[in-house]
Amino acid sequence: MKNWFKSGAPWIWLTGGAVTLSVVMVVGLLGLIAVRGFSHFWPADVAIIEINEPETGATSRLMGEIVRTEGMTAAAAREAGNTVPEDRELVKRYLIKQGNRDQFGTDFVWRFEFGMSEFEYTEGVYVIERREWGNFYGFPTAIEIDGETQQTLADNPEDFHEAVQSAVDTSVEYHHRIRNIERGEIGRINNEIESLRLQERQFQLDGLEGEALEQATAALDVRRAELEAEYLELRNELDALYEDMHRNTLRMQMVDGAEVPIHFADIVSITMPNDMNALQKWGEYFHRVWVFLTAEPREANTEGGIFPAIFGTITMVFVMSILVTPFGVLAAIYLREYAKQGPITKMVRISVYNLAGVPSIVFGVFGLGFFIYFLGGNIDRIFYEAALPSPTFGTPGLFWASLTLALLTLPVVIVSTEEGLARIPSTIRQGSLALGATKSETLWRVVVPLATPGMMTGLILAIARAAGEVAPLMLVGVVKLAPTLPIDGEFPFIHLERKIMHLGFHIFDVGFQSPNVEAARPLVYATALTLVALIIILNISAISIRNHLREKYRSDSD
Amino acid sequence: MSAQETPMIKTEMNPAGSAEKMENLKTKLEVRDLRLKYGNDEALKGINLEIPENRVTAFIGPSGCGKSTLLRCFNRMNDLVDSCTITGEIRLDGENIYAPKVDVAELRRQVGMVFQKPNPFPKSIYENVAYGLRLQGVNDRRTLDEVVESSLRGAALWDEVKDRLNDNAFGLSGGQQQRLVIARAIAIEPEVLLLDEPASALDPISTLKIEELINELKEKYTIVIVTHNMQQAARVSDFTAFLYMGQMIEHADTNTLFTMPAKKQTEDYITGRYG
Repeated sequence: MKNWFKSGAPWIWLTGGAVTLSVVMVVGLLGLIAVRGFSHFWPADVAIIEINEPETGATSRLMGEIVRTEGMTAAAAREAGNTVPEDRELVKRYLIKQGNRDQFGTDFVWRFEFGMSEFEYTEGVYVIERREWGNFYGFPTAIEIDGETQQTLADNPEDFHEAVQSAVDTSVEYHHRIRNIERGEIGRINNEIESLRLQERQFQLDGLEGEALEQATAALDVRRAELEAEYLELRNELDALYEDMHRNTLRMQMVDGAEVPIHFADIVSITMPNDMNALQKWGEYFHRVWVFLTAEPREANTEGGIFPAIFGTITMVFVMSILVTPFGVLAAIYLREYAKQGPITKMVRISVYNLAGVPSIVFGVFGLGFFIYFLGGNIDRIFYEAALPSPTFGTPGLFWASLTLALLTLPVVIVSTEEGLARIPSTIRQGSLALGATKSETLWRVVVPLATPGMMTGLILAIARAAGEVAPLMLVGVVKLAPTLPIDGEFPFIHLERKIMHLGFHIFDVGFQSPNVEAARPLVYATALTLVALIIILNISAISIRNHLREKYRSDSD
Repeated sequence: MSAQETPMIKTEMNPAGSAEKMENLKTKLEVRDLRLKYGNDEALKGINLEIPENRVTAFIGPSGCGKSTLLRCFNRMNDLVDSCTITGEIRLDGENIYAPKVDVAELRRQVGMVFQKPNPFPKSIYENVAYGLRLQGVNDRRTLDEVVESSLRGAALWDEVKDRLNDNAFGLSGGQQQRLVIARAIAIEPEVLLLDEPASALDPISTLKIEELINELKEKYTIVIVTHNMQQAARVSDFTAFLYMGQMIEHADTNTLFTMPAKKQTEDYITGRYG
């Protein structure tokens, strides 16, 4: 035993074990997120189950996707107030997604296995993704227009599904058109009317009165009248579209036999998982992943996609990088190259390093108090007086969120840049000085380019930290649902004052603020997976830039 | 190295009797009672020296004798060391370079320097040579092309690199890098070239090339070289100064110093009794 200790083998086992444990934890974490996140998009078969209620002896039918199974002891089940047959020790229960929330009240139900028939996977089941109330599960019976039956499944089984699909396509296209009008043209008109109002208000603020004011506003009034006429026209077009859209309905039969009409206008898509082969299922799967990544959220973020959150996160990280890099690099250059290395510099340096240890929520509070209320408030008073009392920059937004994160990540950029500068051999500086370069020429022509890999390292760490940060963002600019993206076709294209959505906050919101826990759960995993993937992508691109720079400025000392 | 070898090599390189008298030559650099302290350590203890124009002057002496420190005084590289204080004068063409009104950057343009370890910049070969000119605001492509070519030719490197001027300078071998650094130094046409053990990090063949180069360069420049290698001093220099413990022990034409040293300390050193 003593010899074994002397041989050094325990150390190898100890250190190797630590590495193994870390790897297992990382792989396990990512694996869990990946499995739970990815499985959400699979178009699972819809089972039809007949259940004999043990208490009443009545029979009921249930239709839905089996989401999860869980084993529990009979005692625990009885304690929870369930009737469990005497002879059972262990019971199994299923979580079934039955959908039809508008009909049944809940779309997820737990059911014990006893009394259950075999699961039947009947063909012809429709899974309808709706714009409201979640999924609908049922059998189609007929298509109706203005309440009159056009086509029934029984009469015409061959063409019926195609007819439904084409009706869905038409309604989706209508939906797009309505959205384009509402977001695009009406949005533009609203913006312009608002800017006219601001101009008028500015005239009043400038002290114009009486005739002068009337003259100045006359042109504005003309334009406003034009815009209002234009708006009215669009409104009529929209009304017509809405009316058109709501004429068509699909009659659906639920598993209990009741019939429900569903407007085609409310349908996002229809799938028939029980009729699909594996290839079709994979096609549907990737389609759903794509929709998740590119669509906007619906239903309090529990349905639809997360595109605005992805976009917001990336935009914020970019703006933050643009803010933090020059700040950090300049500060580091001063500290390392110009400042006299004495007790004061040392104190400044220690303070900067300690800044990295300040809890992020403190930065959030600072950002809210100083950046938003003080800086933003003053910017509004000076430049956006006409818009007051509604704030422009004096409210949480993209710029303040990025600035707060820039402050949060400043220490890592400073530290890495300083290290990069310190690593440059003094012979290279002397070589430049010996050619008649001044200190600043040497710095900018030779030293700083050589230190760029160090700066990139700082930026990589900053991005990794910033992209995953949530707590301060809730105070300084991230919201549950942002109506517009921070970059769009409206002048000036990048809207730094807008509120954004963020993947980290989205996880928190969907996971803990959602009314529909079971529906939200897989989205939490899927969103977390997206966030991790996004951070990895951002990091890999930054690392590849750094490696490229390293190659370019490779020197003997490396 | 034994005492017998030294004169023999010397004879090979510089055929007998060509020794000149320092007094007959124009003085380029003149050192007057130069004292230098690093904090409280006196590294140079009152040096007096004259360096003749268009000749190679070598500084020899054991490690820590102050020869590199002295060399760095000529282009005021010691200014970079915070704790360093200097008294006395160094005159370049009669002007004291330590006078308050002297522009150090301008001085360094007149007095170029090559360091012990090759220190090319992390740029292309072309940009390395053009660096000094660009600093002076020369950006005209044709002028730069000409100077780069002539400097690289001057440093006997042109033929080896003319096809890859835009490659990174770190891709060159150590000896090529050192010649590149020399090309970089002569591109701005200094009057004096300071070489601080320029061949100590190089292999024998590269060393030979550098030495040949020094021989050619002295036609245009006044060269001061610090070396540990006495054979090298004997081969390349016209005059040699022996420093010991921060003091100038002996300064004479190379032939005389190596064959008939006037001081006992010099003789001991060149015959390998210490150092």
